[in-house]
Amino acid sequence: MSARPAGPAIRLTANPNRLVFRRIIAAVALLGAGAGWWVTAPTYLPRADEITLMAAAPDAALGEQVFWAAGCASCHVPPDTAETDTPILSGGQAFASDFGTFYAPNITPSPEGIGGWTLMQFANAVQAGISPEGAHYYPAFPYTTYAKARPEDIAALFAFIQTLPADATPSRSHDVGFPFNIRRSLGGWKLLFGEPDGPELQPLSPSTERGAYLAEALGHCTECHTARNALGGLNTSLWMAGAPNPSGKGRTPNITPAALDWSQVDLMAYFTTGLTPDYDSAGGKMASVVQNLARLPEADRMALVDYLKALPPIANEQPASEQVR
Amino acid sequence: MKLKRVLTMTGLAFGLVAGTAFAAGHDGPPPAVKARLGLMANFAYNLGVLGEMAKGNTDYNADVAAVAAANLAAFSATDQSLLWTAGTDTGSISGTRALPKIWEAMADFDSKSADLAKASMTFASAAGTDLAGLQGAIGGVGAACGACHKAYREPQ
Repeated sequence: MSARPAGPAIRLTANPNRLVFRRIIAAVALLGAGAGWWVTAPTYLPRADEITLMAAAPDAALGEQVFWAAGCASCHVPPDTAETDTPILSGGQAFASDFGTFYAPNITPSPEGIGGWTLMQFANAVQAGISPEGAHYYPAFPYTTYAKARPEDIAALFAFIQTLPADATPSRSHDVGFPFNIRRSLGGWKLLFGEPDGPELQPLSPSTERGAYLAEALGHCTECHTARNALGGLNTSLWMAGAPNPSGKGRTPNITPAALDWSQVDLMAYFTTGLTPDYDSAGGKMASVVQNLARLPEADRMALVDYLKALPPIANEQPASEQVR
Repeated sequence: MKLKRVLTMTGLAFGLVAGTAFAAGHDGPPPAVKARLGLMANFAYNLGVLGEMAKGNTDYNADVAAVAAANLAAFSATDQSLLWTAGTDTGSISGTRALPKIWEAMADFDSKSADLAKASMTFASAAGTDLAGLQGAIGGVGAACGACHKAYREPQ
């Protein structure tokens, strides 16, 4: 290595103006970092929710219905495992995405899962996406939709999950690269895409409202049926109008009335048996969804049918062969 | 003699070329895949006869329902081992949605197929009884279809 050629001497005596400028820059950077840190801090559930949660009866029977409506087992049972009436939610299923691969964690009532959690810790996890340690969860876990769930339903769900078998399988850590592995940044994501609102329904009736609650709060249908922007936020102007499959080939179909022309009877049959009007069957993730829906009261399935019929029709160009199923 | 040999050789060569051309011009999936699709079409057709009755789109007819359900039971009980030949998965050919996973988990695949046969047997004894029996048992068949399609069929 040779010595650096002599260049012009660096002026050590700084110009006072420049010094002030540097200090301003430093102050702004510090402020920015501070603001960023403050903005991305976990936002816990409001006190009002806490009061309702604490007052709610631990109704495990209601919790069982919430459990199937929210589709918890579909993601939290181990890979290739059937969803029995009392599933073991030890996790392990992989969810590939543009941001990395997420692994569903163990949520059984064991120390490796949610054993020992308080109801408030559970509610903050499910509805605010915050772990008991205060870290943000990745939105592969659909807390942005569960955020709209009634506190009574969350308390009931917590009671039901306590009745399921415990399992000591450790949760697998997610396989996510930089910069998405900085969990703090998810605070910013939540601010931007936090709780997307559904469209106005036509008509608005007790049944369509119930359907909206089941679809938008518990069932998280939008997670697959609504397209996303580059940062993974839902494009609410394309509500339920179909989207590319986040984990591979194919598309999740448009289920607004612009594309889904099945009769109410056809939809009810599909939600009960999984059979389409052509007598093909639901496949992939939708097969799980149908199995969950088949466990709900008939009135709830009807409410979902009414909800789908009440959605604003959105034409979203895609090949005809992909529009149903 | 020599002419005969030349003619034979020419004929053979002709036959070979024609055969290759025939094979190359023979588009579409291999016969095993076609047979699979045919079996699925028979499931869907018979299930459709029953499903339309369940939905109330056609009148319930005990005799027709019994035939369709018996067909479904018979089709689902066929030995499918000759249909799922190696090299006929989505990774190897087009025209199929059969995931390579089938060949990695053949025992589970077979047990899901057996589940369908079992559900179809239950359905066959219920469908010819009355409409309520038909409506009550069709879900079991749908669930058996879905269990296999969930794990082993490529999404569209």
